[in-house]
Amino acid sequence: MTAPQAPGGAVPAGGQGGPEADTAILRAVGITKRFGAVAALRGIDMHLNRGEVLGLVGDNGTGKSTFVKVLCGFHRPDSGQLYLDGKQVNFHSVQDARAHGIEAVYQDLALVPQLPVYQNMFLNREETRLGRLGFLSNRKMRKLAKDYLSNIKVDIPDIDAEVEMLSGGQRQAIAVARATRQNAKILLLDEPLAAMGARESALIIDLVRDLSQRGVSMIVIDHNYTHLFELCDRLNIIQRGRVVFDKLVSTTSVEELTELMVSEYKRQLLAGHSDLESA
Amino acid sequence: MDQAAVSTPEGRSPKAPVLPLDRAGRESAPLSLLKTAIQRREVTVVVVTVGVVLYFAFRTGAFYSVANIIVIAQYTAPIVVIGAGEVLLLVLAEIDLSAGQTYLTAPWFAYWFWSAGIPVGIAILIALALSLLIGFVNGFFTVRLGVPSLIVTLGTLYTLFGLVLVKSNYQQVDMPGGTGTAGKIFGIGAWSTILWALLIMAIIWVLLKKTRFGVHTTAAGGNLLGAAEAGIPVGRVKIWCFMIIALVSGYAGILDAVRIGSMNPGNTGLDIVLAPIVAAVIGGTALTGGRGTVLGTVIGAFFLGVLEDGFNIIGVNAQWFYFAEGVVILVAMAINVQLSRATARMKR
Repeated sequence: MTAPQAPGGAVPAGGQGGPEADTAILRAVGITKRFGAVAALRGIDMHLNRGEVLGLVGDNGTGKSTFVKVLCGFHRPDSGQLYLDGKQVNFHSVQDARAHGIEAVYQDLALVPQLPVYQNMFLNREETRLGRLGFLSNRKMRKLAKDYLSNIKVDIPDIDAEVEMLSGGQRQAIAVARATRQNAKILLLDEPLAAMGARESALIIDLVRDLSQRGVSMIVIDHNYTHLFELCDRLNIIQRGRVVFDKLVSTTSVEELTELMVSEYKRQLLAGHSDLESA
Repeated sequence: MDQAAVSTPEGRSPKAPVLPLDRAGRESAPLSLLKTAIQRREVTVVVVTVGVVLYFAFRTGAFYSVANIIVIAQYTAPIVVIGAGEVLLLVLAEIDLSAGQTYLTAPWFAYWFWSAGIPVGIAILIALALSLLIGFVNGFFTVRLGVPSLIVTLGTLYTLFGLVLVKSNYQQVDMPGGTGTAGKIFGIGAWSTILWALLIMAIIWVLLKKTRFGVHTTAAGGNLLGAAEAGIPVGRVKIWCFMIIALVSGYAGILDAVRIGSMNPGNTGLDIVLAPIVAAVIGGTALTGGRGTVLGTVIGAFFLGVLEDGFNIIGVNAQWFYFAEGVVILVAMAINVQLSRATARMKR
């Protein structure tokens, strides 16, 4: 009942101002991405304000993860622009986005089961000595990893344990810790709490809040509305590869979100997914 | 002195309340030793190899002679080199069946350039460069064109084999070597090939275990997508590994051709590459990627060397070697699978 036709009504406030007078730290304009016959993103317009925590909601397969992977440089968009601090950027690689201060926690965590915890935390950022030869400083990595984990109160009994031996929650904590350790300006968290128990979730929520207070801007994907309302300042709903809803957490409610998601689900049932196929 | 000697037993007994230390100290020591033994795959193959060595040593005195040990070392050297390279690929969950053919073909390259009037040293360098190119082609087809490495390297194997047959007119040739210092270092000296092999094996071990490149190799083999998401250039890492195995195989081939002094175009690389893969597998390297032991492979190579040589000496028909090798593969794999299950249980 509460405005199911939200798409038109909730255009981002600074949307028309253009990249010049941009208050957003990150802005995406008309991002599209297709994989063969599947159009994953069909023109995403989104902005992230400085110091803000933005929640992305949407059913599975609506393009949330793909969008995050565009923002962190893993995928290149087919069309559309990204603006960072008002300046247009093209990320050619994950490395590239990192150099711009963007860090991601992927849904699949991107951990290597056969490597120890500390090497996973330094994956592709290994501390090395003897310059370009790339000999690992395992002792240094071990210590830094241990210190950071105990700093953020993540309890991993053995820093040398292979990730394969850890629980889902522990793995997730390591993936989150790896990203938060980097002093990123922008953090992208794709379902950071999915495999976590209550205690671990509380820990990560605290960590996210703490980072947010220190001015880190964040995009969080989560299916749990309680988490989202707890963490976020603003929420976007992505449906069929577009942002269809954009409201401050203070001006919406779990009921409104649920309503919207259910009506979309019904619409899809009626349409028999036809518009998804024909994209 | 006296006081110390007296005080020690005295000091010990009050310090060590008998029960706790016995329980904590004495029981756990052998237990943890057993754990390490089971968790470290290399230990199994070491024990088996030592057993086989003792068996042959008791059966025949000839086994012990320096001459025979040199025979084993020379047989084992190329298996060590190609096997160590193969570990890189098995860690990546890839395989290189062409390495044995690269081993056979590189000396032909060197020979052709040498007979065209190019100085031997440069001819060898060109042959090594061409080996790298073979590796690059393998890597390119696998990574960029998405053809499974098993098929790609089988293709390279036959291509190279055919090339040698055609270019050589099926004529055996003599390889230049000489009796100079250079010749002794590069192949002719009795211990030359095995020393080179151990050096190359050590370099690959360091590369895999101690460098950034090694971590990236393990990452690409253990979680390809995840490694890519972490920004690791997984394609490039794979191509480099194909180039490394081709380079070391080519080098080992040149050394062996110089040592033997002649080359027969009829040899096929498939026979040669299977032993190193077997060595890697019985040494404890899985085919599933993400894990591999260079050390185990070396010991596996020596095991095969000892087995072949021992059968020869005690006069068992050579055909039985293949029979035994087959049985060994089956038994070793069965043990490895059981051990990895036990290890997983222990760690939990």
